[in-house]
Amino acid sequence: MDYALFVMQVLNGLQLGLLLFLVASGLTLVFGILDFVNLAHASLYMVGALVCASLTLVLGNFVWALLLAIPVTALVGWTVERLVARRLYGRDHLDQVLATFGLILVLTTLAHLIWGPQGISVPLPSWLKGQLAFSDTLIFPIYRLVIIGAGLLAALGLYVLVTHTRLGMLIRAGASNRQMVSALGVNIERLFAIVFSLGAVLAGLAGMLVAPITEASIGMGNGIIITAFVVIIVGGIGSMKGAFIAAMLIGLIDTLGRAFLDGVFKLFMSSDAAENSAPAVSAMLIYIIMALVLAFRPKGLFPPKVR
Amino acid sequence: MSATNYPKLTLLVMVLLAVLPPLFYFTGQPFYLDLATRLTILAIAAVSLNLILGYSGLVSFGHAAYIGLGAYAVGIPGYHAIYGGLESWGLASTSGWLHFPLAMLIGAIFALITGIVCLRTKGVYFIMITMAFAQMVYYAIVSIKTYGGDDGLTIDVRSEFPGVSLDDPLQLFGVSYVVLVAVMLLVRMMVNSRFGMVLRGAKGNNERMVMMGYNTYRYQLTAYVIAGALAALSGALLGNFTTFISPEMMDWTRSGELMFMVILGGVATTVGPVLGAVAFILIEEVLSTFTIYWQLPFGLLLMGVVLYSQGGLANILGQWRARRALRDASQGGAAQEHKL
Amino acid sequence: MKRTLLALAAAAVAGSLHAAPVKIGFVTTLTTGGAVIGKDMQNAANLAMEHLGGKAGNTQLELIFADDGFKPEVGKQATDRLVKQDNVDFVAGYIWSHVLLASRKSVLDAGKFLITANAGPSPMAGKLCHPDTFSTAGQNDQTPMALGEVLNKKGVKSLYIMAPNYAAGKDMVAGVERTFKGKVLGKDLTKWGADAQMDFSAELAKARDSGAEALFVFYPGAAGGAFAKQYNQAGLNKTLPLYSVFTVDALSLPKLQAGNLEGVLGSRTTQLWDPTLDNAANKKFVADYKAKFGAYPSYYGAQSYDAIMLIASAVKATGGDMANKDAVRAALKAANYDSVRGKYTYGNNHFPIQNFYLREVVKDQGGVWSTKVVDTVYNNHQDPFAAQCAMK
Repeated sequence: MDYALFVMQVLNGLQLGLLLFLVASGLTLVFGILDFVNLAHASLYMVGALVCASLTLVLGNFVWALLLAIPVTALVGWTVERLVARRLYGRDHLDQVLATFGLILVLTTLAHLIWGPQGISVPLPSWLKGQLAFSDTLIFPIYRLVIIGAGLLAALGLYVLVTHTRLGMLIRAGASNRQMVSALGVNIERLFAIVFSLGAVLAGLAGMLVAPITEASIGMGNGIIITAFVVIIVGGIGSMKGAFIAAMLIGLIDTLGRAFLDGVFKLFMSSDAAENSAPAVSAMLIYIIMALVLAFRPKGLFPPKVR
Repeated sequence: MSATNYPKLTLLVMVLLAVLPPLFYFTGQPFYLDLATRLTILAIAAVSLNLILGYSGLVSFGHAAYIGLGAYAVGIPGYHAIYGGLESWGLASTSGWLHFPLAMLIGAIFALITGIVCLRTKGVYFIMITMAFAQMVYYAIVSIKTYGGDDGLTIDVRSEFPGVSLDDPLQLFGVSYVVLVAVMLLVRMMVNSRFGMVLRGAKGNNERMVMMGYNTYRYQLTAYVIAGALAALSGALLGNFTTFISPEMMDWTRSGELMFMVILGGVATTVGPVLGAVAFILIEEVLSTFTIYWQLPFGLLLMGVVLYSQGGLANILGQWRARRALRDASQGGAAQEHKL
Repeated sequence: MKRTLLALAAAAVAGSLHAAPVKIGFVTTLTTGGAVIGKDMQNAANLAMEHLGGKAGNTQLELIFADDGFKPEVGKQATDRLVKQDNVDFVAGYIWSHVLLASRKSVLDAGKFLITANAGPSPMAGKLCHPDTFSTAGQNDQTPMALGEVLNKKGVKSLYIMAPNYAAGKDMVAGVERTFKGKVLGKDLTKWGADAQMDFSAELAKARDSGAEALFVFYPGAAGGAFAKQYNQAGLNKTLPLYSVFTVDALSLPKLQAGNLEGVLGSRTTQLWDPTLDNAANKKFVADYKAKFGAYPSYYGAQSYDAIMLIASAVKATGGDMANKDAVRAALKAANYDSVRGKYTYGNNHFPIQNFYLREVVKDQGGVWSTKVVDTVYNNHQDPFAAQCAMK
């Protein structure tokens, strides 16, 4: 097997994993700490991407647009929290599911009305457009390396936030006992609003980072929401460490599966059979992984001990 | 938790459902009969889902898989009856007596196999793993080229029963309606029996039921298998209705729609799933004639129902009279609250 | 007196028969991401109505649009409504094969005519062909077959294939493999569906690694733009020439141009139509479309324009007498209208026997990215499924 190809596929897998982590971390925060099932999480991913894309076209600069789009997405998240999520804390999960499903429809249609169905192609500045040639055969797009970098930075930032800051401490405390934290004088409503907005920003950031590769469009959330849920289930709901490890695991397995599964199948099946079954198995891979993990660890790999 | 039943509301809804669609058909608006048929078939699936989701607290996000399997149980024999193949297995046939029992059998078997695994998990893990299995079936069927993959299976013949022609839209509606009533009665009977009591008890507090000596896992598995078989039955009817069977019928978004119907209608009520199906399909149809952006008001409506009321449509409508009476009786007293 | 009254009554009835408008239902995707295509078809169909003045001969024409939401069941329901409630005489449109296959029975059972303006799955041309169905597009396999011939002509010996893993994707792959004489070094069928795979990093790395001389892809809709971008970003435009079908078109090119993805210029594709085709009908269509909507029409639009024109020609030829179905059918089969692709005839399966062209992505005189015809690949080509159709 080609060494260079393998390294490139691993890098691809890392990049996918980090994007998944960004989306999943927001989801696990909101689900684990606020006990709120937010199906509309992917809509925030979409909104972040579309806002950033529009700003890029207006400002002519992707980086500035990204920096501006982040507070805008936070604002959208805060609005959603105030108008919708806040009234649903403590309600049955099924009610939350139905309400956030309605929210998806509303946000998607609004996006269609504002941005149209055709999607926006986000232009990258020239210094991000090229490739980095590590060797003759090991050539990797620069922008994907940037995503890996940005993802790792965000992960680091989250880690520091949750373990080394007061806000992180409040978050973890609020997760285990809301009433007590509130009784201690902490404004639990504001805390939850901050957490929800943080989740929105993380999802939106993932959308903004992926848009130059694919495009910013109204359907883009569909691809990531199920995988994100799979990630947090495999990782254990409420656990950031679990979300990180599960995201990397799934990103790598999914990418390497797509890259090498048909080759592996061809070793013991006819070429035709391999060509037909490999794509199907590849698509099922994340579900198979989840089923296997749940068979041995019904609560995910790293369920948080608090709760 | 008690099962809420609104006999008057249920009767009203079922009578309207029996009378209005044929009326439309005979007054030159046959489209609405078709709409009602589709609605009735989905209501059957919703009733089966309510058995496990509403009464047993098992939130299955993969229920549409059974609809798809049931539809293929009609499509594949039908396909081979037209184009040949599988005769030696006795599976090339357009006979409804093969299609429908086969559908239920396949649904039951799939539910048994996946249920054994899924029921070991709880809560949101259960939700995800049921969805995972449904997705696996979806991708598996997409990759089978003979049966069209996602181009689907187009069959021009409907299931044949002696004396009944499912090609006649009125008869197809009639059969679907009868099946719906039968399934509703069956579920109601199960829920009010000792079997149902154990399930409902396990939904509220599983540990207590186990301590009382009940093997709740077995009860839940049984309910899961029955629900699967009934949903597959609705799938067989749906396959007949659309004469186009595709893996998209079992996509997770369809499972979601079923769930939403049950939740919107009111879980753990007899008429809830029917109300949910009616609401979903009627609102979708009516709103889409006004604008292609109908999902916006629809979404707002769903959010409104959840935010400003509890318990879904059945509880809103069913308690309406009760609430008014209570309010009148106790000079502005509080309305009853039904917390789930 | 009685006779005069009768005569008057007959005239009145005949007159009202003439006065009854012919209704055309048009099913396409107006919501979801697929609405880009639907809008193009809608624009083109409306333009056709405008060019016709809303009439075919003396008969008024009425066009009713319906949304299929990219789902077969919704499409079928929309078709049912058109046929049963709105009582249309023709149902046209249909972007997607699965929506078409789901809706087909509703139209045919009601005795109406079905004109597909894009979807061309093999069953429709073969086993499921029907006297009342016609196409103004092509059969799915033909376009990639033409591309296979192009590769042969260019002397390409090895190919890497990428397509989405669904029926149309597999048809495209089968099509190119039917005619391509070289070696297929690798094939990737990527996940498709509601959560389609949009990141092709793994597959592109494999493609580069395979050492193939050319890359064949089919990625309709949003995936096309995503693919083109990643192809560019991986620097493959310098080393692995791109041949595509239904991927790079008038719908994705404006976006690609706005994003400055120059790697796509010079790539080649095959189709049954191009905006630069030199005939009067096409010149008028393209010029008026550009003037009215500010962009080039795509082949979806061209096929839709033709669908309306075809229907109008049949209505005119029969004087709007929809009761005489045989006459309408014969008029449709004659295809006696000025198609924007040039003259064509119908095969036994009512699919066009037509030319296929090799097109290259270029900048037009105004600097707008578009395509132009480089070569005619097939002359009067019939689809490979016509033999499977029972009609003569």
